[in-house]
This record gives sequence, structure tokens and C-alpha cells, in this order.
Amino acid sequence: MTYTLPPAPANNLIAAGNGVALGGAGVPVLEVHEVTKHYPGEPPVQALRGVNLTIGQGELVGIVGPSGSGKTTLLQLMGTLDRPTSGRVRITGLDVATMADDDVAYLRATRIGFIFQQFFLAEHATVLDNVADGLLYAGIPLKQRRQRALDALELVGLAQRPNARPTQLSGGQRQRVAIARALVGQPAVMLADEPTGNLDQATGQSILDLIEQLHRAGSTIVVITHDHAIAERMSRKVEILDGLILSDTGPAAEADRRLRPFASFAQSPTSGPQAGLPVGEDPS
Amino acid sequence: MTDATLSRRRLPLSDLARLSSVGLRTRKLRAGLSILGIAIGVAAIVAVLGLSASSEAGLLNEINQLGTNLLTVSNGQSFTGGTAELPTTAPAMIGRISGVQQVQTTGAVSGAPAYRNPYIPSGNTNALSVQAASLDLLPVVATSVAQGHYLNAATAQEPVAVLGAAAAQRLGMDRIYPGERIWVGGQWFYIAGILRPAMLVPAIDSSVLVGYPAAEKYLGFDGHPSTIYLRAQDDRVNAVDDLLAATANPENPSGVSVSQPSAALVAQAEAKGALNSLFLGLGAVALLVGAVGVANIMIISVLERRSEIGLRRALGATKGHIRTQFLSEAVLLGLLGGAVGVALGVVLTAVYAYTKGWATVIPTEAWAGGFAASLMIGAVAGLMPALRAARMSPTQALWSL
Repeated sequence: MTYTLPPAPANNLIAAGNGVALGGAGVPVLEVHEVTKHYPGEPPVQALRGVNLTIGQGELVGIVGPSGSGKTTLLQLMGTLDRPTSGRVRITGLDVATMADDDVAYLRATRIGFIFQQFFLAEHATVLDNVADGLLYAGIPLKQRRQRALDALELVGLAQRPNARPTQLSGGQRQRVAIARALVGQPAVMLADEPTGNLDQATGQSILDLIEQLHRAGSTIVVITHDHAIAERMSRKVEILDGLILSDTGPAAEADRRLRPFASFAQSPTSGPQAGLPVGEDPS
Repeated sequence: MTDATLSRRRLPLSDLARLSSVGLRTRKLRAGLSILGIAIGVAAIVAVLGLSASSEAGLLNEINQLGTNLLTVSNGQSFTGGTAELPTTAPAMIGRISGVQQVQTTGAVSGAPAYRNPYIPSGNTNALSVQAASLDLLPVVATSVAQGHYLNAATAQEPVAVLGAAAAQRLGMDRIYPGERIWVGGQWFYIAGILRPAMLVPAIDSSVLVGYPAAEKYLGFDGHPSTIYLRAQDDRVNAVDDLLAATANPENPSGVSVSQPSAALVAQAEAKGALNSLFLGLGAVALLVGAVGVANIMIISVLERRSEIGLRRALGATKGHIRTQFLSEAVLLGLLGGAVGVALGVVLTAVYAYTKGWATVIPTEAWAGGFAASLMIGAVAGLMPALRAARMSPTQALWSL
């Protein structure tokens, strides 16, 4: 691999800035604290009912749950695409609730990468420009964007076809392009929503292999899926049902993180709110 | 959070240009049609203004070739309301004003109507006037002989007439043959020639011209000129103009009317533009329809590109970025429509002007105005769709497909 992801990209991005007070290396990449989300309507939907989740640097987390469990809502909140009804979401220590919309957008541009089930590639643009668009709103000049896009394409194994159109690619290749677009900005965290949902079994496996490979290289990745088999492959599996976290295999370095200054936020997600779980549900 | 200052909020112009042309590149036919809508409106406006300017320029050019230094002195009204006669010495006096190059005269012969033959009822005068004319009149009034000959020293003594263009038509004469004659004041006059239309002096066209001596001899003419035509040096036209009345009739300068025929024609040429408002109105309607087309395509585009909008928001675009992208796309459509329309209008004008032999004149306000209008139309038509796109929630745009 000719391209290594920096250990703490968020800190790198901020380093050139104006002294934003960020925690050290120990700050969790993503913290969700007592988050609820209600959608108004008849009847109102309680998509999330008090979720706590802390994801540290370099973790590979699978969030699994059936349709309607609230996993997509959780991804939208973690991705700052929506704001919670109550509770707090922090990305690399930055509290989204206190930030203006435009600042949150910039946060997404620089610290969060999205991977979608439907890829969402621009058909009129080349593979290279699709990937380079991942940096468009981060304020990076076109030439540099393309250079970095080429590096990212190499990372996903598509460096030989930068000028192809997405329509000329197979589904697996398209998802690789989308993954390259997500990681080209070296985000603090990548959020993948059913990344293999539109792919056949074998192609899905190769995409999961790629995700694991990126994880081993240091990326923090959250995969949302309805498929337990996929979640099992992740180093940490979080099960969600009816807007609550049912089980969490926990971060490997959980004990270690407790000792750190931000531990108040990083309490174990397996304790607390799960007390009121519906009894009839079997978490297995 | 002080994170705000970290970001480069505005996209550079090059990125904006790339983004705003996305719709254009992906939906070529549709974009082309909405461009066409605006182009037709702009072309109509540019062509109308261009054609009227070109025709005016053509007319002015023609007038210039005829000469703007022609002045006419005619007998005005006397105090008592009758016609004030010009003294017979007037032409010679005027000829002595410095700057006057040529002086020619005509004298209206009253009581001598002209007919095709003696059997025409006397009421059918055809609105012709019989004029005694001096021998070098034609170059001064900028016309020439179409057929036959003009009067000369010999024929001016005899019952011989030359017909103005309109006069010949009204008498039913389109060519000259030997022995052809008309009945003037109870006497046969032989036709020597027919004139071309005199654009500067239409009065000549409806005249039957005879020599001064012949008029006196056969028609009882008193010899007083009624109109004096003179050419002045171009730089002396105004000075000569000021002196004419007093010189022509020193005893009664107010009984003399002086005019510059070319000035009246110029005013006429410029007034012609007033007819254009109807066509300009049509062009404006076409532009309006074009604007509705652009608004329509942009609204559809925003609906169709939900996932693109959602994706861009996920990639970090602010609402402002989205708004700017769609607004600039609409403005780009407008601008392209304007450019095509201006080009089309210029080509139309040039082709028509060429067939008419005019110079192609496109007034600045025509092309600049057409361009500005199309730009404004793009902006106005794109505003609402752009605001809609910016308001779209990223989660709905991405997850409710």
C-alpha cells in the first residue's frame, strides 16, 4: 500500500486553523449521548429513544438491526445530516448542537465520509472527478483534488480506470468509487449505509474485504446493516432495535478509554438506557 | 465553536462554472430547448431594433447622397392672407450670397390645368400643377431624366413640357414617343421627357414643367418665381439659411418661407421607429415565455436531482452552495439563450439589410439590452427552484427515493 491514512486526520485538518480547542488523541471520534429522535406525524414516530454510543479512533463498528429499528436514523444523526430531538452528538469532540448549519456542513466536508447503498455517483462525470468531488466543499483546488482522488482510487484498487464513466463499471466497482470518494478527504469517520445492499454475495464480500483493509490501515468505519453475518465480521457489533441499543460488544480499548479526561461522555453504551428493553425481543 | 473561520465557504468561480453546467451537460436537449425559448425572444428584440436602425441608416445614407445642402425659398403668406409673391429679382439676389453655389427656380402657373387631352372633364385635374422651370433645375433638386430630354434654351420657348414621375403616371404615360402631347391651359404641349422621382422635392414629381418663356407666352404666366431651389456650401448652409428671407424679399421678409427638405426627411426617417413597439412587445412576450420555460426546467431539474442534492449536502455543501449552484445554472441557461438570441438577431438583421443594400446597424441597447434581459430572466426564473433545492432536507433527499 502506497497510501497510509494518518492516525488522527481530524487533528491534522484543524492544525492549520486558529487554535480550536480539541482534545488530544484520546478524544472519541464520534459520541452519541442520550440521543432521541421523534418524527412528527400521526402517530408520531419515536425512531430513537435514548441512544448512547461512543466510537473511538480506528474502530470498525457494525450497527445491525431490522428495518424500522432506527439504524438509519442513527446514521443520519451520526453523519450530522439531521439533528436529534434531544441528546448530544459530538464529532471529534465538536458538539453539533452548538454549531451553525454552515459549520456543520463544513464538518461533514472535512471529517465525515459517507458510503451509500445506491452509490450516488454522477454518471456524466469520470470516476476520477466523482472521487475528487468528495473534496469539493473542503476548499481544496481542483488539481489537488484530482491528485488525491487518484491516490484514493489506488487504495480501492481502481487506479487503472480513472477516466471511465460510472456507467461503464460493475456494481462492485461503482461501490469502490463511492468508497474512494468517502475516504479521499481522510475523514475522521466513514459511515456506510448498507454498503453491500445493492451487490451480489461475492461482490459484497469483496467490498467488506476492502472495508476491513481500510480499517486495518487505520480508518474509523461504521457500517449500518440489517445482516447479522456482516455485523459479525466487524470488530465491534452494536445491535439496535426499536430505537434502543440492544447489545454492544464494546470497544476493545473500552477500559483504557475510561481513564481519559472525556470519559464522562464515553460511558459504556451497554449500561443504562437498556434497562427498559422490551422483554419479548430476543437480541440474538 | 469557532470552527467557522476554518472553512473556505465560497466555491471558486471555476468550480461554480463546472457545477452550473452539470444540468446542461447531462440534459442537453432539454437545456437546448429552454435556451431556444429565450433565444427567440432576444432574437426578435435584437432584430426589430437592428432592422429599424439599419433601415434608418440606409435612409439617412440615401438622404446624404442626395445632399443635405439643398434649401428652398418659397412664397409665404402676405399680411392680408393672400400669397406673397417673390420678386423676380430674388434669384439673382440670392445667387450673390456668399456660399450659395447654384440657384434654380420654378414658378407656379395658375389657371392653366393640364389634361391628357381636351376631352377630359375639367374637374379631373389629377392634382397636377403646371410649373415654369429654370433650365438647370434637375441637379439642384437631385433628380434626373428617366426618358427623353429636359427643357433646353430652344424648347423652353415652345409649347413643350417635361413630366414629373408622378405626373407621368397620373396622365398614363410611361414612355415617350414623337408627337406625344398633353392639353395644358387650352393648348397642346409636346412631351420632351419624364423625370425620375425627386426624393428631396416631392413637389416636382406631381408637376408638369414648362419653360419660363413658354409659360409667359402661352399660359399667361407673370414671370414671378414661386419657389427658389439653391445649393449652399456644406459649411455655409446655416449662414445662408439665416440670410435667405431678407435677401429674397427685402420689403417683406416675413412673406417668405425657407426650408431644408433633407431635414424633414431625416425627421421622418427617425420617426419610423415608432412602428416598432408592436414587434418589441411580441419579442417581450416571447422572452416571458422563455422565462417560464427556464423556471419550468429548473423546477423539474431540482425534483429529478434530489439524490444529487442530498449527496452534495452529505459531501459538505451548505444550503448556500446548493442555492448558488442551481441559481447559476439558471443564469447560465439565460446567458446562453441571450448569446444565441443576439447572434440570431444580428444574422437576421445582416441578411435583411444586405438584401436591401443597407449597412447593418445593431444599436448597443439592442444587444446589450437583450443580453441583460436574458441574464435577469435566468436569475428570476431560477430563484424559486434554487431556494427549493437549498431547502431540501438531505435525509429526505437521500433516503426517500
